[in-house]
Amino acid sequence: MQPVVLSRVSKTYHLDAVDVPALVDVDLEIRPNCFTVVSGPSGSGKSTLLNMIGCIDQPDQGEVFVAGEAVRKLSDDALSDFRARHIGFIFQSFNLLPVLTVFENVEYPLLLARVPAAERKQRVDSLLEAVGLADRAGNVPGQLSGGQRQRVAIARALAPAPSFVMADEPTANLDSQTGAAIIELMRRMQRERAVSFVFSSHDPKVLAAADDAVMIRDGRIEKVERRTPPAGTPA
Amino acid sequence: MNTLRLALRNLLRNRRRSLMTLFAMVIGAVTILLFGGYARNITYGLQTGYVRRSGHLQIQHKDYFLYGSGNPAAFGIVHYQHVMDVVAHDPVLAPMLRVVTPTLSLGGIAGNFAASVSRTVVGTGVVVESQNRMVQWNDYHLPFEIRPVALSGTPDDAVIVGIGVARVLQLCKALDVPNCKQPESLPAQGPDTPPDIAALAAEAKPAGTTSGGEPRIELLAANVHGAPNVASLRVFKAVTQGIKEFDDIYVGLHLVQAQRLVYGADPPQATAVVLQLEHTNQIPAARARLQELLATTLKDEPLEIQDFEVLNPFYGQANNLFAAIFGFMALLIGAIVLFTVSNTMSMAVVERTTEIGTLRAVGLRRSGVRRLFVCEGALLGLIGALAGVALALILAWLVNHSGLTWLPPGQVDPTPLTVRVWGEMRLITGCALGLIVVASLSAWWPARRAARMNIVDALRHV
Repeated sequence: MQPVVLSRVSKTYHLDAVDVPALVDVDLEIRPNCFTVVSGPSGSGKSTLLNMIGCIDQPDQGEVFVAGEAVRKLSDDALSDFRARHIGFIFQSFNLLPVLTVFENVEYPLLLARVPAAERKQRVDSLLEAVGLADRAGNVPGQLSGGQRQRVAIARALAPAPSFVMADEPTANLDSQTGAAIIELMRRMQRERAVSFVFSSHDPKVLAAADDAVMIRDGRIEKVERRTPPAGTPA
Repeated sequence: MNTLRLALRNLLRNRRRSLMTLFAMVIGAVTILLFGGYARNITYGLQTGYVRRSGHLQIQHKDYFLYGSGNPAAFGIVHYQHVMDVVAHDPVLAPMLRVVTPTLSLGGIAGNFAASVSRTVVGTGVVVESQNRMVQWNDYHLPFEIRPVALSGTPDDAVIVGIGVARVLQLCKALDVPNCKQPESLPAQGPDTPPDIAALAAEAKPAGTTSGGEPRIELLAANVHGAPNVASLRVFKAVTQGIKEFDDIYVGLHLVQAQRLVYGADPPQATAVVLQLEHTNQIPAARARLQELLATTLKDEPLEIQDFEVLNPFYGQANNLFAAIFGFMALLIGAIVLFTVSNTMSMAVVERTTEIGTLRAVGLRRSGVRRLFVCEGALLGLIGALAGVALALILAWLVNHSGLTWLPPGQVDPTPLTVRVWGEMRLITGCALGLIVVASLSAWWPARRAARMNIVDALRHV
């Protein structure tokens, strides 16, 4: 599995007449198969950095390489297909489709990736079993608690077997106990499924659970802590 | 989860809004279908009236239609019986034909000399048996009363006249015409009658009635040699023609009598050979075959073919009028549907902005987002069209069974008010497809906006 590489990435937002630099000349490598947390104060550029890595936003300058591909060169359709294959998303507000059942929500990315029906069912059942929601497959999101919804979101993010999962403050809308359980679940899924998780979070519990911690301030990378040895290296 | 199912579930999300949108579409569909059905009924009614009277096609002497009206001497069909035989026995035409019959139109002056009144008239000589068969044509199953023509069972010297003719010739009382007041006698205009003419008039048998009390008229027409010829005819009935201009000039008589008046001892002719077909949609095939016959078997006589639409320009004018009203209404309703669906879809796009961002983030292409919203618009159109068609059929059934009557243009008797929706597949499918297309187009712009959203902005939307 290849790392995500950001090379001299800059992004400036233009708000009315004011230019707001969100990322300035960022060089960063996200190691594969790691639990990486991006941390920093509000407005530091965490979300923008995650958007770049998640290929839902493009840098003004620099290059982002995901799964060995320079994503700036991809067309919008190619980028959509790329996200469907390689990237899972977990959102702060869960962002499940309210008209779909739990099963259908998890199945949706597999439909976009054109996975055959039998395989879809097998993968969705397996994921719902893994996140502990096999018995709620027929429920719609409105019938679930916040924690359950985020579990569905995790299952949805993992459904297409992505290279890595982006999670923008996934515990911000959950109470601390549920948040801790969600962190634990994601950690477990990351290890079991050998997938990279990239978070943005203020939560110290999330930071404590990270393999790598990226500190960002004013759009610049302040510090990168590699807390665990690279994958495949003996501990 | 295909796009269609997802679109359907999204529509059910805000049921009240979807219902209101559907309601607007249903009202639109019902209006179009009921008016369309009503207009169609008038079209069929007019067509039936004209086809009963003048057939689907007429074979006439060349240029008779433009120049020969009222001049049967110059524009008669000499060998009309041969023409009829050829047409009636043609293997291609025969299966399509219901009636083949000659008619003779002539211009003349009808006078009631007992009352010292006269007026110009247009006489039409017909074969009564054929006309009685023609009036039974009812291809569209309209609820018209079928009555035999007024000349049925009358002797050769019998005529019928329009109400206007009866009024001017002061025959209303003799013919028991209701609501026909005789004018107060007017003072004579002009110089006094010369004494010798006055003496002749005094000697003459009082005209206007026979000794048996039958009303009579004298019909003066130019014969084939250009000389005046007069026939004394028994007036059996005054019949309303539905249109005052016809009422004021119409005289119906037996063909043999009309021929005797115009051609005397010469071989009789006809001004038209009338062809009534089994169905109106056979006109193109019948016309094509007739053209072949005119160019081959019947090439010795200069003939041409006219269809009932050319012979009766009011038919086309009425249809054009209704088409214009229908088009205007459809345009108006289309605009209302366009704005209603567009508004509904725009609100849906705004409400579901975050969802659009999520779908795009997980890999749905812009075209997929566009397809989803257009599909929702098309589904609204489809459901609205189906409900509209169903409601229109129910309302049409109720109207058709309500017992209401009205007087269609050109008709004499009140006829049941009917709205023809059932079976009008072109009208129904046109309306339904139109609604679906308009609804889909209405959704296009909001869908395009949704598809072009920036993913990050959409995900941040609150």
